[in-house]
Amino acid sequence: MTWMQIVFIVTAAVTLGSAVRVVSSGKMLHAALWLVAALFGVAILFAMLEAGFFAVVQVLVYIGAIAILVIFAVMLTRHVMEDTGPQVIQSWWLAAILAAMVFAGLVVLIISAGFKAQLPPIQDSQTMIVALGQALVMPDGYLLPFEVASVMLLAALVGSIYIAYQKR
Amino acid sequence: MIPLSWYLIVAAGLFSIGLFGVLARKNAIAIFMGIELMLNAVMINLLAFWRYHNPGQITGPVFVVIVFAAAAGEIAVGLAIVISAYRRNATVVADEINELKG
Repeated sequence: MTWMQIVFIVTAAVTLGSAVRVVSSGKMLHAALWLVAALFGVAILFAMLEAGFFAVVQVLVYIGAIAILVIFAVMLTRHVMEDTGPQVIQSWWLAAILAAMVFAGLVVLIISAGFKAQLPPIQDSQTMIVALGQALVMPDGYLLPFEVASVMLLAALVGSIYIAYQKR
Repeated sequence: MIPLSWYLIVAAGLFSIGLFGVLARKNAIAIFMGIELMLNAVMINLLAFWRYHNPGQITGPVFVVIVFAAAAGEIAVGLAIVISAYRRNATVVADEINELKG
């Protein structure tokens, strides 16, 4: 067992443990902070996949923007469920069984697929970023999805302002 | 060296935990947190397959960029809806927000 594998196992355990706390925590603010921990673990996994750019984007976009937005929403809607009483539906065990079945099915599929174990060498990580940047602006690359995504973000911005706007 | 299947199993676990959160939680914001976990699992899968199968191609990272954009838009609109519904009904329990019910 190499040190990389040990780092991976520790990261995976922290990520999955935090994720379990996200869905089981009674207090919403605690759940949001555990979500930050889980997202940070995912960023570490991205870095281990030699996608350092996405690790940085994960910290910036997910932890810096989305998690903070969630924390804002939690704080704006406090004292509603009073952080007491059941936070899960009555038949939560049904959901647990379904999730466990999905997990078991996926694991069986992954193991039976028998993916090759070799790791192809990667050029230095700069080339990936350069190629990604060029692919996003080249018409024969991914210019159209990129523009559609930017229009979608604009529509989401306008739509969320319109929905949350309070008429006085 | 880390086998590809380890990443996939971690992503499957993260997805299942997120699925449980979406199905079982009462609070609408907690449901959004579950969705975020599921999207993260998908991104781990995309980047793992990109790294292990064809790191020369750029398709995987482009998909991850699109997933990031979709996640940002989704959470912005979703939380705006939750806050709007909270103003109207003074609740964030998903069961009790049923104005659109026929």
